[in-house]
Amino acid sequence: MALLDIKKISLSFGGLTVIDNLSFGIEEHAIASLIGPNGAGKTSVFNCLTGFYRPDSGDILFQGHSLMKKNPHKITQGGMARTFQNLRLFKNMTVLENVMSGMHCRTTAGVWGALVHPGSQKREERHIRDVSEKCLDFVGILDAKDRPASSLPYGDQRRVEWARALATQPRLLLFDEPAAGLNYDEKDRLIQLIGRIRNELGITILLIEHDMGLVMRVSERITVIDYGHKIAEGGAEEIQNNPKVIEAYLGKEENGPA
Amino acid sequence: MTTDTLVSRTTGILGLIETHQKTLLVLFLAILIGIPAYANNYVLEVLANTWFYVILCLGLNIVVGYAGLLDLGYAAFFAVGAYTTGILTSRFGFNFWLTIPVAMAFATLAGVIIGGPTLRLRSDYLAIVTLGFGEIVRIAARNLKITGGASGLIGIDRPHFFGTELNQISHYYFVFLALALLAIFASYRLQHSRLGRAWQYVREDEDAAEAMGINRVAIKLYAYIIGAVFAGIAGCFYAAKMTAISPETFTFSQSILILLGVVFGGMGKIPGVVCGAGALVLFPEVFRGIGSMRLLVFAVVMLLVMLYRPQGIWPAQKS
Amino acid sequence: MSNLDIILQQLANGLILGSFYSLVALGYTMVYGIIKLLNFAHGDIYMVGAFIGFSILSVVSGILGDGWTGIVATMALSMIAVGFIGVIIQRIAYRPMLQAPRLSILITALAVSLILYNLVMSITDGEFKAFTVGLGYEGISMGEVYITFTQMVLVSATAVLMTILHLFINKTMYGKAMRAISIDQDACRLMGIDVNRVIAVTFFVGSALAAAAGVMAGVYYGSIHFFMGFVIGLKAFTAAVMGGIGSIPGAMLGGLILGLLESFGTQIPFIGSEWKDVFAFGILILLLVFKPTGLLGRTEIERM
Repeated sequence: MALLDIKKISLSFGGLTVIDNLSFGIEEHAIASLIGPNGAGKTSVFNCLTGFYRPDSGDILFQGHSLMKKNPHKITQGGMARTFQNLRLFKNMTVLENVMSGMHCRTTAGVWGALVHPGSQKREERHIRDVSEKCLDFVGILDAKDRPASSLPYGDQRRVEWARALATQPRLLLFDEPAAGLNYDEKDRLIQLIGRIRNELGITILLIEHDMGLVMRVSERITVIDYGHKIAEGGAEEIQNNPKVIEAYLGKEENGPA
Repeated sequence: MTTDTLVSRTTGILGLIETHQKTLLVLFLAILIGIPAYANNYVLEVLANTWFYVILCLGLNIVVGYAGLLDLGYAAFFAVGAYTTGILTSRFGFNFWLTIPVAMAFATLAGVIIGGPTLRLRSDYLAIVTLGFGEIVRIAARNLKITGGASGLIGIDRPHFFGTELNQISHYYFVFLALALLAIFASYRLQHSRLGRAWQYVREDEDAAEAMGINRVAIKLYAYIIGAVFAGIAGCFYAAKMTAISPETFTFSQSILILLGVVFGGMGKIPGVVCGAGALVLFPEVFRGIGSMRLLVFAVVMLLVMLYRPQGIWPAQKS
Repeated sequence: MSNLDIILQQLANGLILGSFYSLVALGYTMVYGIIKLLNFAHGDIYMVGAFIGFSILSVVSGILGDGWTGIVATMALSMIAVGFIGVIIQRIAYRPMLQAPRLSILITALAVSLILYNLVMSITDGEFKAFTVGLGYEGISMGEVYITFTQMVLVSATAVLMTILHLFINKTMYGKAMRAISIDQDACRLMGIDVNRVIAVTFFVGSALAAAAGVMAGVYYGSIHFFMGFVIGLKAFTAAVMGGIGSIPGAMLGGLILGLLESFGTQIPFIGSEWKDVFAFGILILLLVFKPTGLLGRTEIERM
């Protein structure tokens, strides 16, 4: 059984069809990509998966359970995490505090714990800190943990987002254009990181990306959509030679499938 | 003196305060406890009133400052506490202390009823709904038999504390001081907890918080209920102190006054909010002449604070 | 009175009340539509409109008399004056706050509301002011029901104002710019629209409509007071939400429905008039719980 199974979902906003009868699946431990020209509806697919949008029809199965009626926080709790296309860090908080947000759904202390500080609460706080620091270490910015998130350079802020998503301890991680705005070295490290997340942590990955070089290097399976409609699916080579894909991209994208 | 030297001196003083924090705190507490031995009743009344507003402002601060929700009917929760104690002691012969848990339960219930459905919506809707709720509570108190109608309740029992009837202003000075200290402690602990962080996440970016697995509605509801409970407890003791309550204590202006204390001092900052509450009570005492202009002055202050110093008068924390 | 008479009478009352609500609700909805601000001060603008109208009338009635000519002139002048007050408030208090967190701008709006309220209170010493007009009480009677010409003129005047507004929004450049800004402010800036100017015009129009309602209320009730804006502000907001906040036809419709609901609602035996405000707030809360997008509102799509 696939880890994620999207079944014929459709979504429209006031007459404009954004996702059109789209189906695809992701196997456990895969690194998959969702690509398509600008405005093809990729981020909308992510928003459907994470519960921010409700598809008008179809079904989304994650680990065999439907996500159609679940709120975003329930979906995250259920093991799917995401990053945002435009950075959405908690700007006035420190890097560590940002990452600690990911641990919220894995911990339980409430009002009583806050007021009385019983042993369980202290242990939990230490645990939150430990895991968060490990996540920061994993993406390589543990040194910056006490700095305000907004003071970091752009590339490092991206890494805070990844660490934050990792801290939710997901089974499936959705990256929304993780390479946007990164320089050549940073992209290289991103590719390594994606591999490490899958190989060392055993997390399945789905990414949306415009950088075709990167997509072709990391993805094992690629789904291409245009106007919310699936036009091709397969391995990197297959996709690169698919006439439909070439047509969809031709003249629209600078770095089309090279 | 140039601004620079002023700033460096202030930071110098702040630094001194920081290094001797514990000693200063003990000294300050000793002074607060010693005051009733020397002060006259007028001073005690004003100070007791100050502590009382510290509790209310800190309670509202949890809603406004921590969770970033605008509550314009906060006085309603204060009314819930005061009327619960009033009705239960004067009509049903309850012991005062037993009314506190009941009042807390009612405040929680009111918080859930009003917050549960509206916290899903945009924050400005909450503001107007709380405003409406505040008015509903006041109108209900005015028109119901059990609350004594427009003239309110009289003959509320004084509580006993280890055999002593609490009937002196100095007693209430200590009662409200203790409650205010408790409120400060609770606020501090809450702010620096998993829950406190979650409030800040939601305040900064609701969607990102939700994507991180935080149930924003539940988190806001927590803030709303805790705020309600603060006000409910304060209301119980208010009823005991006054022995009489009337609907006119729980008006929109009352809610606004409490909000002003929070905004003026600095939303989310405990020492700031305490100072804001103090300013609220002391200002009209010092400037007696302004009388009915008081709210006008307060409103202008509120506007100026928002325009020129939205973080409030209390300096920002160094990080 | 027969049941039919009661229904007719309440229908007339409800329409009048609804006209006031609609006019004030329009200001809420326009400002909300364009800068997503819940303008708490709007109810007080209505109140200020009534008092400005009162002052203008005392001068104008000496020249044009206190009949319809005088009142129409008063209304027009008040609308212009209060329109500018709205623009000034927007310029001083709201414009600097547009990029600030939502909570800050809401508190700012609240502060403006309190300033207007308390200012008028101290100027008028908290007294009622008699709004003296010489319109008489002629009207038409249908059975036991009596509807004055004043009532009819007021409802028609509302209809005229709304038609003008409708044309303004749909046919003029400013109206189009307003609608465009409510969809995407940044794009409008890029297209060379003077966004600040259009926002100012929106405040002018919204405030002028509230002033019209304020003067009409003075004419209708015969007296005005500094707290008249508080409850109507809340109710007009209810009306705006009922119609779907941001929607102009929604505000018109919501106002009329709320006016009628209130007018008939208070006829229910056990809801006395002291509970009528509770009735309106109750509707608001139920509405927000079950249909927060209102009758004509659209679900907002947030972009990630």
